[in-house]
Amino acid sequence: MSNFSRKIESILNIRKVSISLFRDGIPQIKRLFVNCIPTFLALSGFFLLCGLVLYIRGQNPLEFYSIILVSGFASFDDFGYVLFNATPLVFTGLAVAIAYKSGLFNIGCEGQLYIAAFTAAWIGIHLNLPTFLLVPFCVGGAMVTGAAWGAIPGFLKARYGAHEVINTIMMNFIAFALMNYLVTSVYQEPNQMIPHTRQIYEAAQFPRLASLLPGLPQSNPLNVSFLLACGCVVLCYIFLIYTRWGYELRLVGNARDAASYGGISPYAVTIWVMALSGAVAGLAGVTDVMGYRYRFLDNFSSGWGFTGIAVALLGRNNPFGILAAAILFGLLNKVALDIEILLEVRRGLFLAGQGMLIIWLVSMERISRKMNTFLPR
Amino acid sequence: MIFELIPSTLRMATPLGFAALGGIYSERAGVINLALEGMMLIGAFGYVIGAQASGSVWIGLLVGISFGLVLALLHAVATITFQAEQIVTGVGINILALGITEYLLPTSEQVKGLPHWQVPFIGSYSFVVYLLPVLMVVSHILLFKTPWGLRLRAAGESTEALEALSLSRVKWQYLGVLLSGILAAIGGCFLASEVHYFTKGMTAGRGYLALAAVIFGNWRPLSGVAACFLFGFATALELANRWNIPGQLLNSLPYVLTMVVLAGLVGTSRPPASLGKTNF
Repeated sequence: MSNFSRKIESILNIRKVSISLFRDGIPQIKRLFVNCIPTFLALSGFFLLCGLVLYIRGQNPLEFYSIILVSGFASFDDFGYVLFNATPLVFTGLAVAIAYKSGLFNIGCEGQLYIAAFTAAWIGIHLNLPTFLLVPFCVGGAMVTGAAWGAIPGFLKARYGAHEVINTIMMNFIAFALMNYLVTSVYQEPNQMIPHTRQIYEAAQFPRLASLLPGLPQSNPLNVSFLLACGCVVLCYIFLIYTRWGYELRLVGNARDAASYGGISPYAVTIWVMALSGAVAGLAGVTDVMGYRYRFLDNFSSGWGFTGIAVALLGRNNPFGILAAAILFGLLNKVALDIEILLEVRRGLFLAGQGMLIIWLVSMERISRKMNTFLPR
Repeated sequence: MIFELIPSTLRMATPLGFAALGGIYSERAGVINLALEGMMLIGAFGYVIGAQASGSVWIGLLVGISFGLVLALLHAVATITFQAEQIVTGVGINILALGITEYLLPTSEQVKGLPHWQVPFIGSYSFVVYLLPVLMVVSHILLFKTPWGLRLRAAGESTEALEALSLSRVKWQYLGVLLSGILAAIGGCFLASEVHYFTKGMTAGRGYLALAAVIFGNWRPLSGVAACFLFGFATALELANRWNIPGQLLNSLPYVLTMVVLAGLVGTSRPPASLGKTNF
């Protein structure tokens, strides 16, 4: 057997070890069910609350619920918008979850995605290359800068013990300031009032899915980056569950002492996990620059990095759960827009609901863990 | 030159200072308070609502503080009673505050500001500006010179010691978080009273900056507020920019400084021992 295939096998063998991390005896289905209860409670609470607010305003809540169903699923076009809204949230959700799995909080997705988006735009503007070279350059460059922006707090945590939450928040503000400076003073498109850069070369622009799928109208912004997001979900799942690195990551998150006893350096893991998380968060910025706007616009993200926290919580840090949660949030964004027009309800209501959802979910975390402990064996 | 910057420094530093004092009470009691941003925002919102409805700035201040208290109570219930992850709860509360205020009142009409006091040699500022140094000293004495402060700090340093005295950790942590709600809301009220109106997201990251000041000042009231003045000065410099330094870069100076201090490259920074601990 060649050395390479032996290595692959040893990586796959980790799967057996990782199963023993779960408590034996409890059927997975029951565990899944228990894990879903808080999520469903929180979601139904959210929708009830929205309905209640509308009722107080003197509007019919049933109208609201029917709009939710209609606005997202009435046509391929509508559903395309839902998926388009979900795309960046998949990446930020994954980024938060990857960090969280190893016991780290990445509140800095927002800054990482800005830095990465700017890099993608810069490369897309300055390098005139054919598509098969330019796209990997743009995406790769964005991931590298996002990773670097994430690795700095990781390094500070590993080397100096500085809390990554504060540092990622600080890095957010530094990124905002830096981007604002670059885009208003250096790279602003000439003779334009809007703070954005020139358009990137056509070779770096992701095609829209409308040209591939017959049901979608050409105006629909859903693009290839959604497929990238789906691919990333699968890759993340494989990475977390089936690879040695994923195992190390989870072990450091669950049992730090055991990890270092087993020869895994928690410090190294901290740094590369934050870098990986930053790289994935950076892809969220790429979706906007290469998939939608084809340029870097100052302040383009509407809090995707922070919504990513809610997405990760709702998806319970499982990549497929995150995909579902991101689509739900994509739907909510679409509904918020429609309701703003149809019922004249400002989108702040949904933002408030999102905040409430986060608080509920995180408060019920402990309760659901207790329920898990008391489950009959 | 420097003297010209004093008024704007004071105006910038005062809301930060109040929020930072709040952050110190909460974090000394062991609860990470990322929600300062949301508490300030809701305080500003409450001030404008109250002042508009009643015509009295004092009612406005009261409403602002009580709104801040409500958010603080939410943070306390989630983090202390339900032992939720404090960082995530804080982010949730910030989003909640942003959403509620945006939903109810995207922009307001003009409101009256808090009364200004004329003080010889200093000038005419809102009375809140003069309240800050007083509160700073009072907080220092309370936290470090009284048994009350010792107990509050014990909640964040060593719960075992607190419980050995048969005192309740929960009670002291609630106190710390609620105090932070009041103080951050006063900061928000000042912010709204200085510009005389409310717009959505008007705190613009000041709560996070206040948190940075807490860390920069090593979780102590005197140095924490001093850090706020430093940060306020950096902002004032940016506003009065005459050296062609890009304002955004000056603006990010406080953040870089905080990271440097937090890394222990300059001075030392030691958080309370059980800060952020939720597993009791």
